[in-house]
Amino acid sequence: MTSRYIANTAAEQRQMLAVIGAGGIEELLVRIPAKARLSRPLSLAPALAETDLIRHMKALAERNADADQNACFMGAGAYDHYIPSPINHLISRGEFFTAYTPYQPEASQGTLRTIYEYQTMIAELTGMDVANASIYDGASSLAEAALMAHAVTERNEVVLSRGVNPLYRRVAVTYCEGPGVRLRDAAVPDGVTDLAAAKKLVSSKTAALVVQSPNFYGCLEDIAAAAELAHAAGALLVVVADPVNLGVLEAPGRLGADLVVGEGQGLGVPMSFGGPNLGVFGAKKDLVRRMPGRLVGATVDRDGRRGFVLTLQTREQHIRRGKATSNICTNVALCALMATIYLATLGRRGLVRVGELSTAKAHYAAERLAQVPGVSLRFGAPFFKEFALKLPKAPERVVARLAKQGILAGVPLKTFDRALGDCLLVAVTEKRTKAEIDAFADALGKAVA
Amino acid sequence: MAASAYDKLIFDLSSPGRVAWSMPEADVPASDARKLLPAQHLRRDAPELPEVSEFDVVRHYSRLSRMNYGLDTHFYPLGSCTMKYNPKLNEDMARLAGFGKLHPLAPEALSQGALQLMHELGAMLAEIAGMDAVSLQPAAGAQGELAGVLMIRAYHLSRGEKRTKVLVPDSAHGTNPASTAIAGYEVVEVKSLPNGEVDLDELARHLDTDVAAFMITVPNTLGMFEPRVVEITELCHARGAQVYMDGANLNAILGITRPGDLGFDVCHFNLHKTFTTPHGGGGPGAGPVGVKAHLEPFLPVPVVTKDGDSYALDWKRPKSIGKLQAFWGNFGMLVRAYTYIRTMGADGLRSVSDNAILNANYILKRLEKDYDVAVPGPCMHECVLSARRQKKLGVTATDIAKRLLDLGFYAPSTYFPLIVEEALMIEPTETEARETLDQFCDAMIQIAREAEQSPAVIHDAPVTTPVRRLDQTKAAREPNLRWTRRP
Repeated sequence: MTSRYIANTAAEQRQMLAVIGAGGIEELLVRIPAKARLSRPLSLAPALAETDLIRHMKALAERNADADQNACFMGAGAYDHYIPSPINHLISRGEFFTAYTPYQPEASQGTLRTIYEYQTMIAELTGMDVANASIYDGASSLAEAALMAHAVTERNEVVLSRGVNPLYRRVAVTYCEGPGVRLRDAAVPDGVTDLAAAKKLVSSKTAALVVQSPNFYGCLEDIAAAAELAHAAGALLVVVADPVNLGVLEAPGRLGADLVVGEGQGLGVPMSFGGPNLGVFGAKKDLVRRMPGRLVGATVDRDGRRGFVLTLQTREQHIRRGKATSNICTNVALCALMATIYLATLGRRGLVRVGELSTAKAHYAAERLAQVPGVSLRFGAPFFKEFALKLPKAPERVVARLAKQGILAGVPLKTFDRALGDCLLVAVTEKRTKAEIDAFADALGKAVA
Repeated sequence: MAASAYDKLIFDLSSPGRVAWSMPEADVPASDARKLLPAQHLRRDAPELPEVSEFDVVRHYSRLSRMNYGLDTHFYPLGSCTMKYNPKLNEDMARLAGFGKLHPLAPEALSQGALQLMHELGAMLAEIAGMDAVSLQPAAGAQGELAGVLMIRAYHLSRGEKRTKVLVPDSAHGTNPASTAIAGYEVVEVKSLPNGEVDLDELARHLDTDVAAFMITVPNTLGMFEPRVVEITELCHARGAQVYMDGANLNAILGITRPGDLGFDVCHFNLHKTFTTPHGGGGPGAGPVGVKAHLEPFLPVPVVTKDGDSYALDWKRPKSIGKLQAFWGNFGMLVRAYTYIRTMGADGLRSVSDNAILNANYILKRLEKDYDVAVPGPCMHECVLSARRQKKLGVTATDIAKRLLDLGFYAPSTYFPLIVEEALMIEPTETEARETLDQFCDAMIQIAREAEQSPAVIHDAPVTTPVRRLDQTKAAREPNLRWTRRP
């Protein structure tokens, strides 16, 4: 069997076996009991040559409605933001791409320095003192935050706003099952968390209050009031935030958040059908030794030169094993590198521009779409780049119809909340144009007429 | 410029007014975001991010990349991590717009190609591991472990059994006990035999009615196949415990034996190890988990289903353990792994393991005179040496690792498994050529000589890297975890 990914030829194999002193590869498998051996070849589709495989893969890819061929107004946790060209070129350099966790820091300074930059940028955006090197995605970051709050406060309940992405909530439920942390829901009656009602749920048993802003419905939450409420009960405030919005929106840390988590996919990471993503995780300084995930710190080498290392590793599974703060090992370092290069490229003014354009276009879209007869904004609260529309016809049908015209109109809310079965969640990024929004409004008018 | 001379952070390059981005002017009427949003939500000062040109960005990160050893540039024998070549074709396929630019909540009718790929990949992994069903959702091996242990927990609870402990060998990866603890279990460490094999008597002694599962790595972390593995799984089952296989070392057994046939109830796959998705400097990975039929009802939701020629996401699974990620898995990694398996086919995958085993035994043979061997060969896909002989001369496994960096190689895993003193865990993978293995072995033998004759050169190492040995204690005692502008 020859393969372009295996160098050894039959002759080389024989030479190597001679050095080993084995008559054949079978002699190297003597420890595997005969009854444990697979007696037939694996039953897999036949191998394909490169050109045939490309043809096959393209055929699969073409059966998907991508954001190049369509105007994407879908959000709900994944967004079609602008990705500057240098990102893909730089992350594809083999020195970054094919390295692993920087266990040997002297031969990994490139990765370590970029993570240090990443930690700085995320801490700056979120208003936290420290950010870790990444968690898998926004949902698992939230789950880790819930477990961390439980460990720090030694309390067993987490109060979660219904405005937190319902998919994140489901992941938090999974992670909280084993440790026995109970999740309680705070209602969102008109697009924002009812903090008066939440106050009744937050008690001396509460490890953390969790709010998301902008929340799942796109509306802005009163983080400062939520912080006051949580802190009065001795609980932590966990804020779920999308860092790409934080050029315009105030850093949650400055409004009282103790932990900020969220999905960083908008920072230059392709949507890729939902993964890999980028779990952002930031904390206040006094919580750093309880954080999950890797941390990179600056230090000096033998000659006094600045260098970077993985640090505070006694929190981690490879040292602390069953008593670690988290089980995470492999994270999403390459996505963190994409975000670092993205934030370096956008810089202080570019990120503000992304937020301003997204807001302006979203507000224009909301106004245009709500003018369609029978269509209205579902909530009255201030929103950022995403909003819920109430439609006079089934949103699933409207989405299917508009898709035929190259418009991915949004995410029907029925599967997330039965009470919102007539609603469509629409997201507008800086990439959308006025012409696309106008075409959307015209097509929606015809679809619901 | 020598790599070591470049000491800048991107923040140091900032010059007010420079831009590296290009975005159009607003084309909608009301464009002032600050008037559209209530003031209390607005950021008071713009974030302190760098202001640089596009070329500044490109040169900075290109320079930083040169301070790394990567697999594309250096032999990377990091044991247990399967640092094999990452095919470039995989990258092109993952970047096809229909995959890379697909929204996760796109209607099922508009994502049939993606769902088909996931369905087929799940079936291929199930066949490779001898399992009945696979979830592609876990983001990495550790999350696969958590999913697997939670399914075991749900299974026992569904039968009215509240078992409280999970057994883990002392040679296990750290994630095993960590994942088990998060799943709410007490972790009990089982002592291995000196050769790293499971001590069946010890195991039997621990296997009481409180034990929910036994979690082991096959081949084990000493690179050896567990000769009594079938007896182990039978013993566990006889005591009502489930058996979990950590699939970190799956690269050794493709087409040779299958976890499901050995009696395992659950196993996870590390697509970034066995199935060539890139390690990315620490991730992303992907950690699908395979189960036998009795655990299938507990799989994470949603599950990709096929009905005739159409594919769907099935959410109606009342016994499911729930979700692990917001969406369906690290899809970009799934495309790469799928591409790889379709490239290799059954014969190709078998050849992978054969050559991985051949390469590891070749290294073991060439180094067995100069280093102590943890367990005599033949080994599977990796071998574990001990530097205990060198340590008597004042040269530790860390010292050897640092010297290897100077000689042009990344280092093996060190001090793992914990049961081997001064461990050096070497995994060459099947993608390395004999001459690379020879160069590495020559370097290792040279270091063994140096330990006897001129240890100073080892203690000084590394000297060719951008920085020399770093002060870990200072980093931990005085944490400096972010840049700040000097006043």
